[in-house]
Amino acid sequence: MTAEVAKVDPMHQFTIEPIFGSANWELAGYNIAFTNSAMWMLIATVVLWIFVAGGMRRELVPGRWQMSVEFFTGFIDDMLEANVGKNGRKYVPYIFSLFMFILFANILGLMPLGVIGLHPFTFTSHFTVTGMLAILSFAIVLVVGFWKHGFHFFSLFVPSGTPWPMIPIIFPIELISFLVRPFSLGLRLFVAMMAGHVLLEVLSSFVIDGTNAGIGFAALVGLPSFILMVGICALEILVAGIQAYVFALLTSLYINDAENLH
Amino acid sequence: MPQIAQLAETYSSQIFWLLVFFGIVFVFVGRGMVPKVMDTVAQRDQQISADLAAATAARAKADEEEEAWRVRENDNRAAAQAIVAQAKAEAADRNEKKLAAAQKRLDTKLAKAEQEISEARDAALAEVEGVAAEAAQDIVQRLAGVTVTAAAAKTAVKKALSHV
Repeated sequence: MTAEVAKVDPMHQFTIEPIFGSANWELAGYNIAFTNSAMWMLIATVVLWIFVAGGMRRELVPGRWQMSVEFFTGFIDDMLEANVGKNGRKYVPYIFSLFMFILFANILGLMPLGVIGLHPFTFTSHFTVTGMLAILSFAIVLVVGFWKHGFHFFSLFVPSGTPWPMIPIIFPIELISFLVRPFSLGLRLFVAMMAGHVLLEVLSSFVIDGTNAGIGFAALVGLPSFILMVGICALEILVAGIQAYVFALLTSLYINDAENLH
Repeated sequence: MPQIAQLAETYSSQIFWLLVFFGIVFVFVGRGMVPKVMDTVAQRDQQISADLAAATAARAKADEEEEAWRVRENDNRAAAQAIVAQAKAEAADRNEKKLAAAQKRLDTKLAKAEQEISEARDAALAEVEGVAAEAAQDIVQRLAGVTVTAAAAKTAVKKALSHV
């Protein structure tokens, strides 16, 4: 998007660049460059910390800020209680962190900070990140499942009431559907975020190129694309919330499987 | 697609920094702050339910007291009504006695008056008889030249008067 003359590359926004000259940082032989992606993780962490810290006044009659923080904790608490039951409350810190981290990442990535020269980077549009979060959730499910139920955890793959001749068929199917979970969990978030950002970028290229091509194209292509973009932006904010919710909801459902089997 | 094109060179830093920052979020925000926030909510819920319970208890107590007051009030009213009824009965009794006494006085007065009247009438009647007998004696002497005794005249007058 530099000097290549009105050439908008919708994929450029996902490029990872090391910043602060950290390209060669290494830890045990692995590169740990502090990239723009890491920068936005830091920003999401700080903003989330500020948000929750603002709700820590612990007043009996809450103000607006405290109220909104309590809304989110109550929301996660209710979700876990509805899906997992009373045992689910101990997962509130994890699910809350997960939900809020993804939510803040998604929304911060949508911020129109380009107008002040910053380049928002949505790290949830990288499957390295979403996949890692999914593996984290899946690992918790496995650890909790085997910790609580031992090898009895495998009964998860044989739904109760299955006739015994069906067990050899059902077991592999259930096992595969279980093993696919981390991939579907990670890919869903990654695809939703990336698709939205690509769509916005493509539409913005229509607006820019159409407007540059003359008044006729501007009216015919630029303006409708711009109006559509405004609508899609609203939709993307919705998607940002929904995808964070889906990620947290599915994680809590999987934890329910591990906690209560069937 | 940078996600795939840059995968080999960036995956380690992506995972490293994600674990670092998500770890910070989980430890400081998730474990450190969220339980306190939820604690505040729980405390508030507890306070609200305690306040509600206290209010319910106070209302029950008020109802009880009102009931007691009503019972007392009813008793008082019944007592007052009894006193009024008694006073009324006594007054009626006294009135009746007074009336009876007055009636008696009147009756005696009446009886005395009647007696006096009948005495007066008897006296008047006896006088009339006397006068009639004398008159009859006189009339007989003058018309028939017969002298009749006073007693005979009286008897005759009595006889004649009784036929009237």
